[in-house]
Amino acid sequence: MSKIHVSTTVNGDPVEFLCEPQQTLLDVLRDELQLTGSKEGCASGDCGACSIELDGRLVCSCLVLGAEAEGRDVETVESIAVGDTLHPVQAKILEHGALQCGYCTPGFVVAAKALLDRNPDPTETEVRYWLAGNLCRCTGYDKIVGAVLDAASEMRGETS
Amino acid sequence: MRFEVADTLEGAASLLAGEQGVAHVLAGGTDLLVQLRAGMVKPDLVVDIKHIEATRTISESDGAYTIGAAVAGAEMGEHRTLASDWPGVTEGAELIGSTQVQGRASMGGNLCNASPAADSVPALIAAGATCTVVGPGGTRDVAVADIPTGPGSNSLGQGEFVATINLPKKAANSSDAYLRMIPRTEMDIAIVGAAANVTLGDDGTIMAAKIVLGAVAPTAIEVPEAGAALVGTKADDDALAAVAAACEAAAKPISDKRGSADYRKKVSGVLAKRAAKIAFDRASGNA
Repeated sequence: MSKIHVSTTVNGDPVEFLCEPQQTLLDVLRDELQLTGSKEGCASGDCGACSIELDGRLVCSCLVLGAEAEGRDVETVESIAVGDTLHPVQAKILEHGALQCGYCTPGFVVAAKALLDRNPDPTETEVRYWLAGNLCRCTGYDKIVGAVLDAASEMRGETS
Repeated sequence: MRFEVADTLEGAASLLAGEQGVAHVLAGGTDLLVQLRAGMVKPDLVVDIKHIEATRTISESDGAYTIGAAVAGAEMGEHRTLASDWPGVTEGAELIGSTQVQGRASMGGNLCNASPAADSVPALIAAGATCTVVGPGGTRDVAVADIPTGPGSNSLGQGEFVATINLPKKAANSSDAYLRMIPRTEMDIAIVGAAANVTLGDDGTIMAAKIVLGAVAPTAIEVPEAGAALVGTKADDDALAAVAAACEAAAKPISDKRGSADYRKKVSGVLAKRAAKIAFDRASGNA
C-alpha cells in the first residue's frame, strides 16, 4: 500500500508528510512531525487531549485522518506560546495550579484559547460547557475553570 | 484501505459504486474514525465528500433550506436564519458531542450512522425533511424518516450516499423544539429524545402538530396520536397530558446501562409534552 503525500500548513509553516490512509492526524503530528504536545487519551473523541484547530475550528485530531489535512491549516498547542512568552491561558493554569499530571493540559490550553478567541467574556457555565469535551482525572476542573476565567479577565485588560 | 477525495457528487458516487469491497463515506468522521479504530468496520475504500460544494454549504431559497450532508453542527448553530427558523432542528444537531465533535460531526453522518439515539434525526422527521441521495443510478429524494432502518443500518443502496438534507419552507406561525434526556449533564447518549413541530392557526390554536421520539425504538418514531392530541388546542394541560400518554404508549424502549425501559417510557411522555410546549410558545412568539 502506497503512502499518501500531504501538503499542509502546521503552526504557520508549510509542511509535507507521508501517511498511511488510516493514520490519524494525531498520529501524524506526534510520530511524523514530532509535535508531541497533542496527546492521545481515548482515541475516540471523548477526552479532548488531542485538541487542535483545523482551519480555525476546534477538533479532536484523533478523529481526523492525516490525509484530510491536505491544503488545510493546522494549529497545535505548540503554536500558542510565543517564544518563551506563555499565552495568558497557559500562565493562569500555572498560577492557579490547574494541573497535576498534566496529560490533559495541552488539550485544555487549545480548547480554552479557542473559546476566548471567540468569546472574550464567557460565563462560568459557558466555560464548563465549552470544555465538556476535555476530561481531567486529577483536578476536579474547578481550578481549570478558574484559570480560564482569570485569563479571560486579564485578556480583557481587567486587573485580577 | 484506500483514501480518495471526491470533488463532485457524481465522482463520489462513481468511486463508491466502483468499489468491489467495502466502501465508506467520510464526512465529519466522528463515527467512522472511532469504528475504524475499534475494528468495527474494515473498509477497502474511504471517500471524503467534504470537498464537494453541495455537501459543505447551507443554502436558502424561498424559505427552504438545503443543508450539505457534511456541514458540521457548529456551522448550523452559527447560521443566523437557520437557527431562528428551525430552532429544534438546530438544537438537535448542536447536542451531538462536545465542542470538538461539533466542529466536525454532520447531520448526514448522524442520519446514516443510524443510531436509534441520533440527536439530529427526530426534529428532521418532525420538520418533514427530505434528503437528496446520490448514487450510480442518479439522484432521488427520500424522506429522512426512511433512511434509518434499524440500529446501525440504513436503506441506502450500493454506491449511494446522502448529499444534502432539505428542509421545506417553514409554515407561517410554526416552530419546533428538541429535548433529550441523558444520565449526565453533557457528553452522553440520549436515553430519550423528543421533537415537536407545531403550526398555529390565525386564532393561535394548533392546526397541525408532529411529535417524534428518538432512542425508544429501533429507529426514531413519529407518534401520530400525540400530534393529533394537540390539534385544536393551545397546548393546555389536558392536551399535554394526552401527548404524554400517547408517547408513553408508543415508546418501545430497551433497558440498558443508561436507563430501564420503564424509565424511558415515562421520560418519553415528559419530554414530549415539554418539547410540545416549547414549540408552541416559540410558534406563538412567546419564547
